[in-house]
Amino acid sequence: MTERSIRGKTAIAGIGETRYYKRGAAPDPEFKLTLEAIMLAAEDAGIDVREIDGLASFSNDRNDPPRIASALGMKHIGFSNMFWGGGGGGGSGAVANAAAAVAAGYCDVAVAYRGLAQGQFGRFGQGPQMAAAPGGMAFTAPYGLMSPAQSFAMRVQRFMHDNGVEQDALKAVALASYHHAQKNPRAVMHGRPLSAEDYDNSRWIVEPFHLFDCCQENDGAAAIIITSAERARDLKHKPAYILGAAQGSDYRQAATAHNAPDYGTSNFKTLAPRLYAMAGVGPEDVDVLQSYENFTGGVMMSIVEHGFCKPEETNDFFTIENFSAPSGKLPLNTSGGNLAECYMHGLELITEAVKQLRGTSPNQLENVHVSMVTSGPMVQPVSNLILCSEPHA
Amino acid sequence: MSDPYPASGGATATAAPPSGANGDYYLPVGLPMPAPSPEGLGAEFWDAVKRHELLVQRCNACQAFQWGPEYVCNECHSFDLGYARVSGRGRIFSWERAWYPVHPALKDALPYIVVLVELPDAGNVRMVGNLLGDRRQEVVIGAEVEAVFEDHNDGKVPYTLVQWRRTG
Ligand SMILES: [Zn+2]
Repeated sequence: MTERSIRGKTAIAGIGETRYYKRGAAPDPEFKLTLEAIMLAAEDAGIDVREIDGLASFSNDRNDPPRIASALGMKHIGFSNMFWGGGGGGGSGAVANAAAAVAAGYCDVAVAYRGLAQGQFGRFGQGPQMAAAPGGMAFTAPYGLMSPAQSFAMRVQRFMHDNGVEQDALKAVALASYHHAQKNPRAVMHGRPLSAEDYDNSRWIVEPFHLFDCCQENDGAAAIIITSAERARDLKHKPAYILGAAQGSDYRQAATAHNAPDYGTSNFKTLAPRLYAMAGVGPEDVDVLQSYENFTGGVMMSIVEHGFCKPEETNDFFTIENFSAPSGKLPLNTSGGNLAECYMHGLELITEAVKQLRGTSPNQLENVHVSMVTSGPMVQPVSNLILCSEPHA
Repeated sequence: MSDPYPASGGATATAAPPSGANGDYYLPVGLPMPAPSPEGLGAEFWDAVKRHELLVQRCNACQAFQWGPEYVCNECHSFDLGYARVSGRGRIFSWERAWYPVHPALKDALPYIVVLVELPDAGNVRMVGNLLGDRRQEVVIGAEVEAVFEDHNDGKVPYTLVQWRRTG
């Protein structure tokens, strides 16, 4: 039986990003931003945009593949795909689905993309304003539990209780993102440094989340070109080989009214072993990590569940020193991430993971070999990705 | 006639005067009211709380509790599901204090406390509610609480919320 794996069969050959804006500040409509990002990604790869024949996105992206393909004159569509679920759970998953389609022969050049102009559509941080909350929502909304921050704070609080975690662990995640954004001119929070005192003095959104534990709201678009490893070798940039990917959800994580049996979790416990097994590496081999920050507490549980430290080691491991490029033990969110670069639903984390392999990150590490991404903690489903400078570890 | 909702473990929930007896609710009027799913899932629960009875879905085949309500038992896959009347005894499993108004009705009600309560008399299923009392009180995971029925009778459609207060 042949090995059922996409390890090393595909690579990221191009990345494209529009300018990133504060929510409502984009001068262009979301669809136009999406087209721009896809065209930039194709140009970066050195591939004619009309050659793209696979399109993948996530989080109910409003910009659908047939319209994109028609607008750009793509010769045909061989694959179009939406990763189920909300939030940023599908960022890595969209790239992996595109890679799987390339490996399986559905298409030759796929793009994973996300267009998000929050200023032009509804906001994520507000609860529904309706007379009645039906079904599962009835058990939370009438009690004022309505926003993503509130849904996730409850899980994080339990994890912190179980493992004796202090607020400083969350603070370290926020400080790392802001620290890295100061060297990234593309970051929305460039020129807006965050001190430990600023964090401590910031208002609560919902305990245990301060303002700076929560992601931004932004406008922009990003796109990633995936093609076969063979083709990628002949293109403009050093390929970022896709070594491993996993997606999914742990046991009954979507049980209503906060009844997931394992509660204080980022939902990566069954994914992390599958990711490492496919990639053929372990956490000790990972040079740099981009970990989706909807909220810092989700990053905390993601890092623990991917084996970078034990739960009881969280207070000691979560320091700004350990998370800072270039010399920290685990450089984290080295572009500023969702907190301080741009909330492009985590696709900007994957472009940054590629930049670290190419040597073009604003906070570049030396000799990056294994570059990892985790997407969308605490939602269902979630996904993750390991990229490598070689098609094997 | 037999009791349609057999009691499970301990006394039923306290029917003491709820904090909302005079329209003095823990959270202001204007938040969405609870409703069953469009197909009716959860209707028995919301009807029962109006009578100050706390029900949890229970499988008639294997006796497993589950919450929220679903069409199938996640343990044995039986579709033969009913409801059991359970005590209002609970334990705080997690909590949060909200300081940001996620709904316009909440802007003068900050902060407020949301608790996730596990029910030891119902297979440790969990329910979300508010913790009554001082909004700035220290909240302790593991603390004992009991259900309090908060009747909302001043709107067009009356309904009742299940709130929680410290007992220990
Ligand atoms: Zn059963």
